[in-house]
Amino acid sequence: MTHVAADSIKVNDPFGPTLAYTQGMRLDTGVEPDKLVKTHCCFCGQQCGIQLKVKNNQVIGFEPWYEFPFNRGKLCPKGVKRYLQGAHPDRLLHAYERDASALGGFKSMDYEQAIRRVADEIERIQTEYGRDAFALLSGASLTTEKTYLMGKFAHMCLRTANIDYNGRLCMVSAAAGNKKAFGIDRAANPWNDILGAEVIWISGANVAECAPITTDYVWQAREHGAKIIVVDPRITPIARTCDLFLPIKPGRDIALFNGILHLMIKNDWLDHHFITNHTVGFEAVDEQVQEWTPQKTAQVTGIAENAIRQAAEWWGTASTSFLMHARGIEHHSHGVQNVLGAINIVLASGRIGRENCGYATITGQGNGQGGREHGQKCDQLPGARDLGNPEHRAYVAGVWGMNPDDLPQPGVDAYEIFRKIDRGEIKGLLSICFNPLVSLPDNNFVRAQLEKLEFYVAIDFFLNETARYADIVLPGSLHEEDEGTVTTAEGRVIKINKAVACPGEAREDWRIIQDIAQALGREKGLTFSSPAEMFAELCQASKGGVADYSGITYEKLEAQNGVFWPCPTEEHMGTPRLFKPGSWNPVAQGKGPFYFPDGKARFNVAPYSPPTEDVDEEYPLILTTGRVVSQFLSGTQTRRIGPLVDNYPEPRIEMHPALAQKLGVNDGDWVTAESRRGSTTLQALVVKTIRPDTIFIPYHWAGRKSANQLTISAQDPISKIPEFKVCAVRVKKAVGSG
Amino acid sequence: MTRATEMEFFIDPSRCIGCQACVQACTECDTHKGQSMIQLDYVDRHTSPQTVPVICMHCHSPTCAEVCPADAIKRTADGVVQTARKPRCIACNNCVLACPFGVPKMNNRMNLMMKCDMCYDRTSVGLKPMCASVCPSQALFYGTREEIERLRPRSQPVNSFQFGNQTVTTKVNMMVPRQSPIDLVDVAASLHQTPAPQTMAPAEDVLLANMFVAD
Repeated sequence: MTHVAADSIKVNDPFGPTLAYTQGMRLDTGVEPDKLVKTHCCFCGQQCGIQLKVKNNQVIGFEPWYEFPFNRGKLCPKGVKRYLQGAHPDRLLHAYERDASALGGFKSMDYEQAIRRVADEIERIQTEYGRDAFALLSGASLTTEKTYLMGKFAHMCLRTANIDYNGRLCMVSAAAGNKKAFGIDRAANPWNDILGAEVIWISGANVAECAPITTDYVWQAREHGAKIIVVDPRITPIARTCDLFLPIKPGRDIALFNGILHLMIKNDWLDHHFITNHTVGFEAVDEQVQEWTPQKTAQVTGIAENAIRQAAEWWGTASTSFLMHARGIEHHSHGVQNVLGAINIVLASGRIGRENCGYATITGQGNGQGGREHGQKCDQLPGARDLGNPEHRAYVAGVWGMNPDDLPQPGVDAYEIFRKIDRGEIKGLLSICFNPLVSLPDNNFVRAQLEKLEFYVAIDFFLNETARYADIVLPGSLHEEDEGTVTTAEGRVIKINKAVACPGEAREDWRIIQDIAQALGREKGLTFSSPAEMFAELCQASKGGVADYSGITYEKLEAQNGVFWPCPTEEHMGTPRLFKPGSWNPVAQGKGPFYFPDGKARFNVAPYSPPTEDVDEEYPLILTTGRVVSQFLSGTQTRRIGPLVDNYPEPRIEMHPALAQKLGVNDGDWVTAESRRGSTTLQALVVKTIRPDTIFIPYHWAGRKSANQLTISAQDPISKIPEFKVCAVRVKKAVGSG
Repeated sequence: MTRATEMEFFIDPSRCIGCQACVQACTECDTHKGQSMIQLDYVDRHTSPQTVPVICMHCHSPTCAEVCPADAIKRTADGVVQTARKPRCIACNNCVLACPFGVPKMNNRMNLMMKCDMCYDRTSVGLKPMCASVCPSQALFYGTREEIERLRPRSQPVNSFQFGNQTVTTKVNMMVPRQSPIDLVDVAASLHQTPAPQTMAPAEDVLLANMFVAD
């Protein structure tokens, strides 16, 4: 039984967070490393190449990897200091069981016994309440091999419908929008197509802080005359140097895109040839955007009319362009509609699929792309196949050697899993690579559900805040302790290489999952001896699917510095630019570059609706959340790396001086932000770089500093992404400090 | 491979995104491991996220060395001004006070002036310095003059700076707009200009200027 664990961290807590700094062997100059391991950063979706310096089975530093084509040695501060997560004092070295009397609330236990207990509890819960009563939460920072294994473990071994992953908080709106418009979910273009673009449109993407290396691509274009348009409620570092800044009111992106399309149509800034020959559905969109006059667009978006007209003109008259967006337009209860609106202005321009004519979402997590392709999403099977599609079920069941009827039906999304716990439908949970207590919205609700579980097992390398509610904790592997593949934001499959062995009793995550399967006596299909073996099977399982990896091998990945999928045969070099005119794909069979039977892209009517919780007299301000450059997601790793914490030690509430004056708040004052769900007291950062009707809080922190105490769990009806980017709050000067 | 002598350092503060990758990477340099020699600060966070990285400019006639009473600061034959020699440095702070760019820092624990040596362990063998290797926006760039001309057609390198009556020429280049007639940056001149008003007029405030205002 779970019960409340302290989520305010005690000073003598053996699980930390302890701040690691460079010391010992890592500080000595002239230490000759035993080896340099070419691999990639463990953090964001850009997956920068890096070489890790290894000495005595410890990563002691890094050396830039100048030859890797995406980043050519460049790294953000997280990449520079990521090596400090290894040999860390908080590292989980044993299996643990909950014990209130033990320091930190857990005592170490024998690994085999822990696995036995996990298997017994899964067996008990599934027997007593049915197979779906045991749920799995997985993550998109895992290698693709592990995500494939998690899907197989859920669907073949546990036969539970309830598996989902933390990409639900990240990439799903873009994924759903891309599937509706293009029939495929992958960046349309490689980043090199940014370089020669005349106009670069960046909507809801804090590029400089969340995808820092992309900054240089934008700047290279700018040096050669590109105009940069940034749409954001805040002047982010990339917005500071843009040519046109559109200070949008959070939650109104679709109105802007509709308004831009309105002006494109009015001024005939359209590629008629492309629209006629390569798309369907333009007429309905044309009709729908008629009402989006510049005046109405300005009123709804909060952007000045002349700025909207200027943006439309630059976008409309460009001959090459690249549009990119990220969570800023996707984290909404109408996130898919926002994405469709963005795609509509790309399709109307005809500028996609060609050199310097591109479109992409900037995927957030390390394996945000690969982690959403091979079966750990609640409705998915490998190769981006659908769990609800009988043909797809039959194919994958064939590869797995099982009866398709034994595959469960599609399950529910990550947040709904918590609602099912609330309703008593889910009694047991296994989580890996996911810290929902920090990362999910309205996390006071999430905490209450964790307390209701009959059994919860967490796999991690540090004791994250959610794992503090676990009955059993199993010690998993760090990124540098295993090999495998991930797929980058560009759609490039790359190889992650092992630098060091797991310390203590810790072991590779996939071994832990297989150990559980074996203890259950259901090890069929889960007896891999290496990631390479898993990869070979996943290539087969993906064959013929949209995300076809079947022509990829580890050797090819190393030789080519990665392979862009689809790569359907051994001779195939991969597909950097999807939608190349004249390209072949298995859905269109040569009829066109897009992944529909007629080969044409789809315009989608994208009607505007306001955020689920708009401001009112009681809660008059908009809260929007996001990231800072020195921290990553729920902070499990980066809040333990001293130099990164020193860069941005505490979350602050960003607000405009006009608002601060109204509230009687000075820079640095403690202020309380409060929504209908929760509140937090933090110091104010009074800056002119945010809309006066909006406040911003970064979300990387836990407990009383967590921004997600305030956010709303409203979700997009299609993608099920939560509305992290808009909710209504009130702010007042605090009585004491936070 | 490009010969080390053809490689130059170029700074373009307008590109800086304040990410601190340079500051962090500087601590990985083998000659001063664990300590950063780079200062990176906001110009005025209240009004803008603009940040500026300060690395040593490696002056041709280094003021820091000229004012050193102990002759502790040496410049290599290839023009890199180094951290003070430990046996000589008397920790008098003359260099710290005299440097027009504000680069040298006194390490009080070691009683030693330490400063950026352009990652001499790396650059002397043809590798890029740590900061310019990692810089995500390439505000810090290390490469040949041909490369910078090809990659940055909008700007040009300048390496002469005027501080009052003192003209300083440096090994490190500062990128300025190509169109500007500048071949010398008069640093002190701005000290005598009227400071920008504290509150910007709406027209100068891009956020407010581009916001919709109801009639």
